[in-house]
Amino acid sequence: MAKTETFQIRTEEAPLLPAPVSTTGLIGWMRQNLFSSISNTVLTVIGVIIAYWIIAPFIQFAFIDAIWTGDDRKACLPPEGSEGEHMGACWAYVEAYFPQFIYGRYPTDEIWRVNIVYALFALLLVPLAMPSMPLKKLNSILFLGVFPIVAFVLLTGGNISISSYTWIFVALIAAVGVAIAAILMVAGGRDFNGVKPVLIGFVGTAVVLAIILGFVSANLGLSTVDTPVWGGLLVTLVIAVTGIVASLPLGIALALGRRSTMPIVRLVSVIFIEFWRGVPLITVLFMSSVMLPLFLPEGVTFDKLLRVLIGVTLFSAAYMAEVVRGGLQAIPKGQYEGAMALGLRFWPMMYLIILPQALKLVIPGIVNTFIGLFKDTTLVLIVGMFDLLGQIQSSFTDPTWSTPTQGHTGYLFAAIVFFVFCFGMSRYSIFMERRLHTGHKR
Amino acid sequence: MSENAVNAEELAADRSKMMISDTDVAIEINNMNKWYGDFHVLRDINLKVMRGERIVICGPSGSGKSTMIRCINRLEEHQAGQIVVDGIELTNDLKKIDEIRREVGMCFQHFNLFPHLTILENCTLAPIWVRKMPKKEAEEVAMHYLERVKIPEQALKYPGQLSGGQQQRVAIARSLCMSPKIMLFDEPTSALDPEMIKEVLDVMVGLAEEGMTMLCVTHEMGFARKVANRVIFMDAGQIVEQNEPEDFFVNPQHERTKLFLSQILHH
Repeated sequence: MAKTETFQIRTEEAPLLPAPVSTTGLIGWMRQNLFSSISNTVLTVIGVIIAYWIIAPFIQFAFIDAIWTGDDRKACLPPEGSEGEHMGACWAYVEAYFPQFIYGRYPTDEIWRVNIVYALFALLLVPLAMPSMPLKKLNSILFLGVFPIVAFVLLTGGNISISSYTWIFVALIAAVGVAIAAILMVAGGRDFNGVKPVLIGFVGTAVVLAIILGFVSANLGLSTVDTPVWGGLLVTLVIAVTGIVASLPLGIALALGRRSTMPIVRLVSVIFIEFWRGVPLITVLFMSSVMLPLFLPEGVTFDKLLRVLIGVTLFSAAYMAEVVRGGLQAIPKGQYEGAMALGLRFWPMMYLIILPQALKLVIPGIVNTFIGLFKDTTLVLIVGMFDLLGQIQSSFTDPTWSTPTQGHTGYLFAAIVFFVFCFGMSRYSIFMERRLHTGHKR
Repeated sequence: MSENAVNAEELAADRSKMMISDTDVAIEINNMNKWYGDFHVLRDINLKVMRGERIVICGPSGSGKSTMIRCINRLEEHQAGQIVVDGIELTNDLKKIDEIRREVGMCFQHFNLFPHLTILENCTLAPIWVRKMPKKEAEEVAMHYLERVKIPEQALKYPGQLSGGQQQRVAIARSLCMSPKIMLFDEPTSALDPEMIKEVLDVMVGLAEEGMTMLCVTHEMGFARKVANRVIFMDAGQIVEQNEPEDFFVNPQHERTKLFLSQILHH
């Protein structure tokens, strides 16, 4: 039979067969992933036991033994004589303190203003985050341009006094635009259409600035609420959202600057990034709120929250810059050459070709920075601001709700709120990664 | 592509169909030199390309062929000498560089399609952003050229979903959408499987027959014989020999050319 054959020809197609049953479905999955060998089976059993050890007491504490209603600490105290028996979470305390956790010491009568801001934020963010929603451009303008100003006026009450110098400066911008246009028309021999972009640029900027200034300085009948009474989730969200929204473009600019061929731009970017990455956030916050006033001239103050916002933004922008730079470095040279060969200039090339690809690559890193920033907002406690965690901690001193489980419950609540936001960002980033994956990388 | 036994008369007839201008200079390179650091990569390059001419540039790797054609649209900067493209001299003036890049299309060895955009978006990007063409019109133009390279049905796919040959044809269509006066090809078939080389070469031959001014860095000697007016052989950063394809292949003059041809043609 051992006859060597070098000639072979297939005379009929090999049949296509379904996969064996044991490799598909739930049983197949379990057999493959949980019980594929003796050691795997042992590990599965150990894993289940450990999960039970952790999850069971948690459920016991948070749900089964928990107290859901009550007016003060008595509801959450263990019954007389039964030492340590009733030791569940005291959700009644969280319920009683809920407004403080969400709004801080914001005046109760004015809380509707915060609610409007929350609602507007959600109404604008949700459609912006959903790729299938139309009017993305308008939505972005509303969210990034209009919403911050409306939120500012609603939260602070507006009615900011603006010096006449500011108005003169705005008028000057418009005047410069008109002057340049006039010079171009008279001396440069351009017609009106030729100077339109210049006019629109300068005068448009001035008009937009004037509208914004007019709006924030107008007396809309809202009472002024100073930032020191803001607190709780409001402060957490104001710092986190401002930091996130402002640090991304700043980080992109710094990353481009660091990769620039212009030595001075590169040097400035490197110094900026290395400085902010080289100091701890606590130092930044401390310096901005305690040291900065020493350097400012007498009488010049600016809001502590604003200083914290700037500090947090610059700090995370430096991290963002390095994340984005990683993405830029991963784009092959051919993409630049392809774009340049088509005649695209630097900015269109960056905006249309390089950045979309680079940012998509580093979505995990960007969201990582966002999540880190969100959690770092708790550090503002050290400069005397009360974010969500700070507000919860300060409520521990209240004797009305002093029970053995008050601390546990408070921290559990803080953990849940932070987890919801951070997990939300994380899932959304995974969704976007999948969506932007045009697939089939080589 | 294998060496087809091509009928010389047929070739001559083919070439006569292609119009070459006697007076209209497309590209002129005078005493051009380029260094990478201390390394003298292009030495005293002189080249004059008339409108409608099709030039094939060959030579061993590292001889500077790619660098030379990349100097023509300023993907590489030359340090000495003069390059005039379509009557515009290349200097550091960004406006002139833009003008030249608008008129000079380029195809790369690795296609350099934009992977995050669909085929159609790849093709309409430059007309919309550089030529300021309305989107609808740009899409019509793009579909026209995609039909020409015979892949209109792929318009809504992403580059990663196409084969190498299809990608290179998209790259050609993308360049053509800018209606360039000159096309540069930098080893367009070197990264392709043998089965796909022909489909790309067919498109290039079609382009040549329509009278496009072309400079191709390629090792496809069959293509050179079929469409080139002139074959340029480069070695060590210099143009060593240039001639009409028949003479170039049958009767090479320089020792280096003879060696090169014997190595690529006899195996």
